[in-house]
Amino acid sequence: MEPQDLRRMANQIRQRDVRAVYEAGAGHIGGELSVTDLLTALYFDTMNVDPANPFAPNRDRLVLSKGHTALALYITLSKKGFIAEEEIETFLKHNSRLNGHPNRVKVPGVETNTGPLGHGLPVGVGMAKAAKLDGASWRTFVITGDGEMQEGSNWEAIMAAAQFKLDNLTLIVDHNRLQQGARLADTNNLAPIAPKVEAFGWAVEEIDGHDMEQITRALSADTVTAGKPKCIVAHTNKGQGVSFMSDDVAWHHKVPNEEQYKQAMAELQEAIQ
Amino acid sequence: MNMPFKDAKLHDCRNAFVAALEDLAGANTDIVAVCNDSVGSSKLGGFKEKYPERLINVGIAEQNMVGVGAGLANGGKIPFVCAASPFLTGRALEQIKADVAYSQTNVKLVGISSGMAYGDLGPTHHSIEDFAWVRALPNVPVIAPADRIETDAVIRWAADYEGGCFLRLSRVGVPDLLPEGHVFELGKANLLQDGSDLTIIANGTLTHRAMTAAAMLADKGIKARVLNMATVRPIDEDAIVAAANETGAIMTLEEHTTFGGLGSAVAEVVVDKSPVPMARLGVPGVFAHTGSAEQLLDDFGMAPSAIVDSAVTLLKRKG
Repeated sequence: MEPQDLRRMANQIRQRDVRAVYEAGAGHIGGELSVTDLLTALYFDTMNVDPANPFAPNRDRLVLSKGHTALALYITLSKKGFIAEEEIETFLKHNSRLNGHPNRVKVPGVETNTGPLGHGLPVGVGMAKAAKLDGASWRTFVITGDGEMQEGSNWEAIMAAAQFKLDNLTLIVDHNRLQQGARLADTNNLAPIAPKVEAFGWAVEEIDGHDMEQITRALSADTVTAGKPKCIVAHTNKGQGVSFMSDDVAWHHKVPNEEQYKQAMAELQEAIQ
Repeated sequence: MNMPFKDAKLHDCRNAFVAALEDLAGANTDIVAVCNDSVGSSKLGGFKEKYPERLINVGIAEQNMVGVGAGLANGGKIPFVCAASPFLTGRALEQIKADVAYSQTNVKLVGISSGMAYGDLGPTHHSIEDFAWVRALPNVPVIAPADRIETDAVIRWAADYEGGCFLRLSRVGVPDLLPEGHVFELGKANLLQDGSDLTIIANGTLTHRAMTAAAMLADKGIKARVLNMATVRPIDEDAIVAAANETGAIMTLEEHTTFGGLGSAVAEVVVDKSPVPMARLGVPGVFAHTGSAEQLLDDFGMAPSAIVDSAVTLLKRKG
């Protein structure tokens, strides 16, 4: 897909996300808007996945370790054809399989259940190791939040990935500088992230996480360093695309009122044009 | 199946575990071992020598170890994730919950040196909560084999079973109890000795003590039924209900706290289905003191003579 088409798709996903949060009365809207461009690039440019065969052994894997932004993943999966677009209307409803965190048993396209933070990267290391054992060429991608990198399990996995030389593993840190309660800098500031991961033996690249050309290039297999896992530090904005949500910690899981909803949809519509 | 002690010789079940694992790995290249710097204590040295690329040592990092196991399973592997039981279960409990149980991944969790095998290292290294922790999670069978024969059977079963499970192994020597060629059946107790006065239910390192105590009870004219209950979850409800109805009293023995383990699992069935007097022997909700596992089991009232005394007391409560 061309960058312009990817941008349009990302904005459609954002619109659907804002509508779903508004209708459900809940959702992690800020982080969903920051991660959308990354998910769009992965599913519509980078990854080899087939909704008709979701468990194909040679599929690429994505682990959304920041599982609270499940809605953005559900919508991306629906656009890709894994689930019906109408099903997004059931998000968080009684008996819906689309609960607030992804479930691999219930939702095709989800690779592992996430929700508690710091789980995705260890699982991704295991996936990448499995591919290496088989000499297979499929790739594993893991998206974490930047606040999530405070979990020690991620650093256990970072050590292992370097030790195992997993150049088929890509960690994407959605670096929106905000966590649930406050700014990363005011909580447990692990920025700058890049030199720390690099010091553990990874190949690290910093990009604008809302620039489609930069995202797709960084995700391309051509930019992998042999023998090293790759970390993409994607600089993003929480609430990206909606002026009054952007870079505001209050929008971690706040729900827009009717007026805010209309304004958000109008701003995103304008961006699509 | 009335099984007397065939041989008093004691065996370290870890040897049966690795012998079975190496044998299975020879036939199935998807089998991998994952460990936390525990190649020695998990006795994986032979596996490493035979299948070096399939021995995945993540270092001292148990949360990552269980997550890596889940990822390997996603990639089609059959991982046996091995570590000292207190750290495998306690340190990585949320990974076991989310990445194995809830995600329904094909990860075989092998808790080595469970119970009070590390008795002299103190309560941080005792694993007397692992039944309770893992038993609370859906989708993960909890299994503690009683001897080397059952250990071999359990490992072969686990390799074929499609799903996660928790296997609890000791390093304390135990005699053979089950017949050679025994096939493990999930959730089924083994009747080791029949009896009509009470039923003693045990697993792991306690089953042979149950058999010794039953022989001592027989000398007093008390007929004890002995059930080896390797599977703590799913528990064998039929065998427990039959024991309650036919013997009228049940005693459980476990190298575990009496909170949430085998005794609790049996008591839940008894209360729900067929209430009879029960005695639950184990570590009574305290951190154990220092000593060998055998000494500590004796100290907590599980020497065969003490089991006999508890049985006599229990029988007085029968209606």
